[in-house]
Amino acid sequence: MATDVAAAGQADGTPREGRAVRLSVRDRIALALMVTIPVIVVGGLIWFPTFASIALSFTSWDGIGGITTAKWIGTENYHQVATIYPGFWPAVRHNLIWLAYLTFVATPFGLFLAYQLDKELRGSRMYQSIFFLPVVLSFAILGFIVQLTYSQSQGLINGIFGTNVDWLGDPSINLWAVLVLVGWRHAGYIMILYLAGLKAIDPSLREAAAIDGAGEWHAFRTVVFPALRPINIVIVVVTVIEALRAFDVVYVVNKGRNGLELLSVLVTNNIIGEASRIGYGSAIAVILIVFSIIPIIVFVWNSFKETEPA
Amino acid sequence: MTTVATTEDTRPVRKRPLSVSRIILHAFLIITALLWLAPVAWAVFTSFRPYADTAKNGYVSLPHTLTLGNYRRAWTQGDIPLHFWNSLIITIPAIVLILLFAAMVAYVVSRFSFWFNVPLLIFFMAANLLPQQVIITPVYQMFLRIHLPTWLSESGAAYDSFIGLIAINVAFQTGFCTFVLSNYMKTLPKSLTEAARVDGAGVTRQFFGIIMPLCRPAFAALAVLEFTWIYNDFFWAVVLMSSGDKQPITSSLNNLQGQFFTDNNLIAAASVLVAIPTILVFALLQRQFIGGLTLGSTKE
Repeated sequence: MATDVAAAGQADGTPREGRAVRLSVRDRIALALMVTIPVIVVGGLIWFPTFASIALSFTSWDGIGGITTAKWIGTENYHQVATIYPGFWPAVRHNLIWLAYLTFVATPFGLFLAYQLDKELRGSRMYQSIFFLPVVLSFAILGFIVQLTYSQSQGLINGIFGTNVDWLGDPSINLWAVLVLVGWRHAGYIMILYLAGLKAIDPSLREAAAIDGAGEWHAFRTVVFPALRPINIVIVVVTVIEALRAFDVVYVVNKGRNGLELLSVLVTNNIIGEASRIGYGSAIAVILIVFSIIPIIVFVWNSFKETEPA
Repeated sequence: MTTVATTEDTRPVRKRPLSVSRIILHAFLIITALLWLAPVAWAVFTSFRPYADTAKNGYVSLPHTLTLGNYRRAWTQGDIPLHFWNSLIITIPAIVLILLFAAMVAYVVSRFSFWFNVPLLIFFMAANLLPQQVIITPVYQMFLRIHLPTWLSESGAAYDSFIGLIAINVAFQTGFCTFVLSNYMKTLPKSLTEAARVDGAGVTRQFFGIIMPLCRPAFAALAVLEFTWIYNDFFWAVVLMSSGDKQPITSSLNNLQGQFFTDNNLIAAASVLVAIPTILVFALLQRQFIGGLTLGSTKE
């Protein structure tokens, strides 16, 4: 990024000056403040807690006394989480199902919608607005819509089909019931991101994409999809992070129990409530960090690679 | 970044006869769109029906009467005006601070070539990608221990205060806006600030007088996005706010559920009320909204 600016300066024909020389003391103070205030806020409220989570995961602490009452217990929390904590493996499984579902069902469907709507199509904007509608709703509202749709006695689905399935109470199906509506929202989100990506690619590529019928799939696979590589990476990152962050919907439905356990819920349950076990919750949080570090690195690496001048 | 309004189609529209494949495509899209609208339409439909009617005839039935009664009850029993106000108290200052902080950092990294530009951007961007739950335990404990004067926070701590929620939202969202704004500012011609510098303007005047006004389109797009995200936030408010009367609207819905767990009609009405502002904002500013996502996800 720094080289970018310097190179741009040279390309303009302006000689590159030593910045330090031409900045007055006042300017330097102003620039320092511009950087340090946000750094303190983000550092203090995001990065410090991140490292604190890692440190706390090796301790035993009830959170009541001062931090000095925390006892160092090594990897004991991790050991217990993996062996005797009943919610842990179900939560890992549910998070993975969540991720797989978003990756293989909701995201491709969003891509498909975007691809179709990018054609010269009557009413394209109206379709876009409809498919995007769920995205502006909060996940909490989504939780309520889940209940209105699936409620055993009052819900839409049982009402239409005359069935009497306890969609949200039966732990073997409730995750899937929730995921259908989560996918409903996710597909719209992905559609908009892809539409943005499709608009940004070369129009001649779009001509290829505009072919109807035979050869369409081939054109998409060989021309359009590879050209969308930058946006594809954004999509992958968004999908993984969404799967790891998932919380609100299940929390609204049943506080994340009985078939709807997720790692994020376990973290929360261990810090609020009667018996707060800080070390325990932190160990689960660290496991989330480990999962999320991969997409974060991919994203960051990719954005900086692309902004390097050719 | 000239892509702010690219969602407006500038391609020449060629008249195309409706082919069979087009008809199939439209049929598919219409059916999908109807399915897409169904859950929302269902919530709206339910919200207008009196509880007694649905209890007697079932939810999937023709309505005998339609009423605004559920809305009236949600409005009063759910204390909707109070919680709307709380959401505003949190959302507006948060957006202003996020945009200011992000613009300051973006200005420094896009206009100057310091050695720390790349690490700084990574520092901000990665912070926005972490799942909230990763940091919640220490944040919760910190907020309990940060004491604030009572004129700032009734609870006397950062926990259970508007200031606390504003701060965490600002910290969490600044990264995304920094990323978008730094890309945006790189596209502004260098000559603008160079000229001002020659005239003797310091960096503060260049920033507030030249760069900030030029970023208005990006600010508009980001403000819409951030409004939606912060207004829709549920997690921070549930964990960091304990007083029911200080909950923002989205998380206060959860309390309504506890009290009236069988009354889906009431919950439907409250959900519709809560969704209205984001839907309105989206409808009014759709172009900037989608343009904002374009900005955020593509590079030059």
